[in-house]
Amino acid sequence: MITVKGLTRSYGDFRAVDDISFTINEGEITGLLGPNGAGKTTTLRMLSGYLKPDSGSIVFDGIDAAADPIQIKKMIGYLPESAPLYSDMMVFDYLCYVAELRAIENAANRIREIASLCRIQEVMHKNISELSKGYKQRVGLAHAMIHDPKVLILDEPTSGLDPIEIIEIRNLIRELGKKKTVILSTHILPEVEATCGKVIIINRGKIVADDATSKLQSSAGRDRNIIIRVSGTGFDGLDSMLKSIHGVSNVAKIDDSELTSAIATVSGVTDVRADIFRAVCSSGWVMYEMKQEHTSLENIFRELTTGGQNEQV
Amino acid sequence: MNRYNEISSVMKRDLRSFFNSPIAYIVITVFLSFTGFFFFKDFFYINQAEMRNLFTLLPLMFCFFIPAVTMKLFAEERQTGSLEILLTLPVSARDAVIGKFLAGLIFSMGMVSPTLIYLLTVILNGSPDYGPVIGGYFGVVFLAGAYTAIGLLASSITRNQIVAFILGWAGCFLFWLIDKVVIFIPSSLGFIATLGTDYHFQSIARGIIDTRDVIYFLSIIAISLILTAKIAEERR
Repeated sequence: MITVKGLTRSYGDFRAVDDISFTINEGEITGLLGPNGAGKTTTLRMLSGYLKPDSGSIVFDGIDAAADPIQIKKMIGYLPESAPLYSDMMVFDYLCYVAELRAIENAANRIREIASLCRIQEVMHKNISELSKGYKQRVGLAHAMIHDPKVLILDEPTSGLDPIEIIEIRNLIRELGKKKTVILSTHILPEVEATCGKVIIINRGKIVADDATSKLQSSAGRDRNIIIRVSGTGFDGLDSMLKSIHGVSNVAKIDDSELTSAIATVSGVTDVRADIFRAVCSSGWVMYEMKQEHTSLENIFRELTTGGQNEQV
Repeated sequence: MNRYNEISSVMKRDLRSFFNSPIAYIVITVFLSFTGFFFFKDFFYINQAEMRNLFTLLPLMFCFFIPAVTMKLFAEERQTGSLEILLTLPVSARDAVIGKFLAGLIFSMGMVSPTLIYLLTVILNGSPDYGPVIGGYFGVVFLAGAYTAIGLLASSITRNQIVAFILGWAGCFLFWLIDKVVIFIPSSLGFIATLGTDYHFQSIARGIIDTRDVIYFLSIIAISLILTAKIAEERR
């Protein structure tokens, strides 16, 4: 669907995007993830046709973006960061303007349809400047989708929204992602985990990871911690028992209660919790707690974007 | 491809946005007060049924008022970020520039049109020679066109409307001034007087429509618009 090759863009001496290449398949929601200033917005601006790349190529469905920019603009819907819509216009007038510019047939019907999809019917006759951030963002989504584009490019679609609005927008995006190719940028990790099937992590203008979200999660979860709290034995007993279990690579003591507690670091994909439980039972100890910590994308993100200096939080 | 549709959409939006802001009303009011005052100050005293007084005044007036009209066209879009929206809609930078130019020109014409009441006064009090009057208004369209294009160019290079206004004013004023400074330079360089807007405007306002004057104004418009489109395309 979208093939990007060797995309580079500099602002003066600063290389905002440095020779990145990736492919996005049809009907996928792709998250572009990175810390602030990593080059996400610049990348999306180049995809949308607003910025010209210094070098590199973008091909949509076999059409080169540099050769036929107008055709590409017809194919995509783009929502820039913080939805800079014309604030002096009414929502309805604004959507009419976009529909007219995009030469949409039967515009009145289409506007009604998109308004109910984005749930902005009740603000249609308000000035855009009077809208809350959430509504403004939804009007922005309506603007981006009014021509039923194949590709939706959304730059930080949930920034500045309240938690309820975030959930609503995410649901909307997930719904859209069933039929369209969606690319969104964010610096919020749970957002990618919640909405995207594929994630591209970008740092200092370079791609540091590009994979399916589930794969990245499982590779991030290869080393995981299990917290165990038992009674009936001292730490030494627990320590030697845990170390005898296959897969446990390290055991550390926790001194926070009368119970004997430890963190076992497990590597490999096998689940050792059953083995631990049986070993505790057969020793005649009592198990109070066993918890496997879910490692999320957060770890891999921190690792990749800070160059491996993994701080413990 | 229907380019007309895109140009007219941009034009209509910008025209409407003029009237959504108070600047439009302020500019029109001040413009009409100034021209009205200066036109009628000597009108009954001179006792001539002619509009020449107005047409001598307009080139200098336009230097101030037209950049005030055009200053927002690009600078405001840059400031608010809506330029990103405009240029990612399926409209080329060139068509967007043409749409904005037409919006500015039509607004300027709207600003000048109440001066037709002055004409009515002239007709009621005497019988004017219609040649210079028609020529004058014909020239006003070209003059306003040239200044709108210069103002638009100034607006496209900055995100600050005040800077856009001052640059636009300076550009227009420079073109107004050129034929006034001719007495200070050697006569061999006298031809540079022909670069002045006032020089060509007064020639049309005499009632003689010369293709050279028309071509002069059209060139200024074309060059400014091409530069504006180039800037809108490259400086983002």
